[in-house]
Amino acid sequence: MATNRIARAGGMALGGVLLAWGAAARADFALNMTPGVTAISREVYDLHMLIFWICVAIGCVVFGVMFWSIYHHRKSRGAVPAQFHESTVVEIVWTVVPMLILISMAVPATKTLVRMADASEAELTIKVTGYQWRWRYDYLNEGIGFYSTLSTPQAQINAAAAKDEHYLLAVDQPLVVPVGKKIRILTTAADVIHSWWVPALGWKRDAIPGFINESWTLIEQPGVYRGQCAELCGKDHGFMPVVVEALPEAEYRQWLAKMREKNGQKTAQTTSGVKTL
Amino acid sequence: MSTVSSSHDLEHGHAEPPRGLTRWLITTNHKDIGTLYLLFSLTMFFIGGAMALIIRAELFQPGLQIVDPHFFNQMTTMHALVMIFGAVMPAFVGLANWLIPMMIGAPDMALPRMNNWSFWIMPFAFTLLLSTLFMPGGGPAGGWTLYPPLVLQTGQAFPFVILAIHMMGASSIMGAINIIATILNLRAPGMTLMKMPLFVWTWLITAYLLIAVMPVLAGAVTMLLTDKFFGTSFFNAGGGGDPVMFQHIFWFFGHPEVYIMILPAFGIISMIIPTFARKPLFGYASMVYATASIAFLSFIVWAHHMFTVGMPLAGELFFMYATMLIAVPTGVKVFNWVSTMWRGAMTFETPMLFAIAFVILFTIGGFSGLMLAIAPADFQYHDTYFVVAHFHYVLVPGAVFSIMAAAYYWLPKWTGHMYDEKLGKLHFWLSVIGVNVLFFPQHFLGLAGMPRRIPDYALQFTEFNMISTVGAFLFGFSQLLFAYNVIQTIRGGAKATDQVWEGAHGLEWTLSSPPPYHTFTTAPEVK
Ligand code: HEM
Ligand SMILES: [Cu+2]
Ligand SMILES: [Cu+2]
Repeated sequence: MATNRIARAGGMALGGVLLAWGAAARADFALNMTPGVTAISREVYDLHMLIFWICVAIGCVVFGVMFWSIYHHRKSRGAVPAQFHESTVVEIVWTVVPMLILISMAVPATKTLVRMADASEAELTIKVTGYQWRWRYDYLNEGIGFYSTLSTPQAQINAAAAKDEHYLLAVDQPLVVPVGKKIRILTTAADVIHSWWVPALGWKRDAIPGFINESWTLIEQPGVYRGQCAELCGKDHGFMPVVVEALPEAEYRQWLAKMREKNGQKTAQTTSGVKTL
Repeated sequence: MSTVSSSHDLEHGHAEPPRGLTRWLITTNHKDIGTLYLLFSLTMFFIGGAMALIIRAELFQPGLQIVDPHFFNQMTTMHALVMIFGAVMPAFVGLANWLIPMMIGAPDMALPRMNNWSFWIMPFAFTLLLSTLFMPGGGPAGGWTLYPPLVLQTGQAFPFVILAIHMMGASSIMGAINIIATILNLRAPGMTLMKMPLFVWTWLITAYLLIAVMPVLAGAVTMLLTDKFFGTSFFNAGGGGDPVMFQHIFWFFGHPEVYIMILPAFGIISMIIPTFARKPLFGYASMVYATASIAFLSFIVWAHHMFTVGMPLAGELFFMYATMLIAVPTGVKVFNWVSTMWRGAMTFETPMLFAIAFVILFTIGGFSGLMLAIAPADFQYHDTYFVVAHFHYVLVPGAVFSIMAAAYYWLPKWTGHMYDEKLGKLHFWLSVIGVNVLFFPQHFLGLAGMPRRIPDYALQFTEFNMISTVGAFLFGFSQLLFAYNVIQTIRGGAKATDQVWEGAHGLEWTLSSPPPYHTFTTAPEVK
């Protein structure tokens, strides 16, 4: 009786989960990490999937044995309890086998980690500074820099206007970078700790006041890649997105020239302002 | 020792407790104090739960609907502090108070007056903590991890929060000392260490973890206090300090802390499964060794919470390998539980249902833990909802389910009444469905890129957030059934036998249900 009910309820629960999964797949909900647009982000994605499938496999075995046992070894089916309670051989096996599985995960993970740590021979260095609550980007060799602030109107946040496609993921001035070049990114912060994250690049790095962290990326495809601050940094932590626009080399050069011109005008203005004082 | 205390009891003749409120205020009886802890924990569970529902209600759809971002951050911070220090930890201390003396054949805890004090600190600590929500500038809003410099922006609440944390720490340390003293000194003759029930073993190890790390937390928050008010610069880069050092100190406390919340749960599950499988626990000795190795490893993995702060490569590798290693003893535990069920003769009363759900869902949390241990992948997972899903799987259907399993399992012993089994099963099924609807979609949210601790989100996260919120309300309101069932069982119900469960073994089941106010005033003989 009770067991029937349990089986039925369990079946229903499982059915529900599968149904939700199916619905999710149909509605094209984002379910998984993206492979991203760099060699590293793809490695990270592959690693993620490798460990995921290993976990699924282990889970199938362990839960399979358990459900078999729950079904067959129940008192209501007249099971008589065995009395065994140890076995050195089995216990050694299930200590050693997981160790081997772990080593097989650790090897590729180590390789990827080592590659990620090597920021040498970058062609371009950009300093990223976190502020409450916006980002600043300084192109160290080009002499340009600017702030990048959320551009989603307050009205959309307060539901006074319809939310557009890039709700909360749009900025007034994105970080513009060239494709196909190794870019060194230095992260730091001016007030509290932030964390600079673009999922398509495959990593995030904390921006810590007083310290500089080094990372790198090499984007292969032109496009606009969006991310967010990942470390709680106060009231508007949810409202300081990161937008990276990757351009082909030539367009990037044009953009640089335009920025220099604009920056030049600005500095000229301020110096002349100082003079008239 | 035991003969001394029993003659002492006879002299004063206080076999019955005093009546009224003073009984609870001045009690030094382990059963009373256990009850106080458990009721306190249940209260905090509902207060923390209400905060969680505010969070989930705000996240039901994109946009800011119910609360402003600053209050939202206060809710996430307070929810964690209340649940960790107010609900989960006191529940385990309450269970320890009730059960350890009865399981090892001791007349009471070794230090009964201190026991009273360690409980009565708690209501004051939490009144203080919760009152900060009404102070100018609001309560703490920098996350339960209290990272500087952000936490130093807290308003007037700041010193009160620190004081409240000190009080909780003092209470925990006293509780831990008491438990160690009891287990090491008051065991009945014949109750050797390797005969102790696993709940006692896991608590012994947990108590050492508590003594080791609570002072570290106290040190860390004191340094925050002096940074804020006395001009020191421990964590201020401008003064030569280092904000990352706080994180190292905090997680040196914080990682063992998460094991403090799960080792007693391991003990509970290791007692319940053999009872309902009618078969001895598989691998008792390896369970003890696995617990001890987990406790040891928990001291050398802390920086897996900090993979993204920019550690040197060697550091990242060390903490990655050490963290992966924890999966081995954890795996041993799961395999032992499954082997205990194997070829048993199982029945599925409410405690067993919760125990089985624990094994499955905790293991899922362990899997995501293993994924998080892989440093390069953690660069993606860190500070997203994937982490939120991970720790809620190990803490809710993990630690909290074990506490509920324990409550159903021992309630008939404590009260002398059987709980309502139908209602218990209903509570179980609603909880297990609710908790999965609530937390499973959060894995997807995290992988799809939703950061944690944000009050509003981009449109592609809408559907799973809605599902999660529905699950949250289902889970939250189902807990009212639990409270109702517990209260009804305390007030009356079918008479429970002394043995209660057909397959139960251990000293506590040799006592009457309910047990007399003072038990084992003469020590039992353990064969
Ligand atoms: C197989 C065992 C486990 C492994 C390998 C593991 C690994 C991890 C890792 C690497 C993180 C950091 C994730 C990040 O922030 O990027 C983490 C977070 C966390 N884990 Fe686990 N974990 C395990 C079991 C547990 C258990 C048993 C508990 C508690 C009962 C727990 C509670 C937590 C909590 C609370 C956090 C998040 C803390 C925060 O940032 O607020 N974990 N875990
Ligand atoms: Cu932030
Ligand atoms: Cu940890």
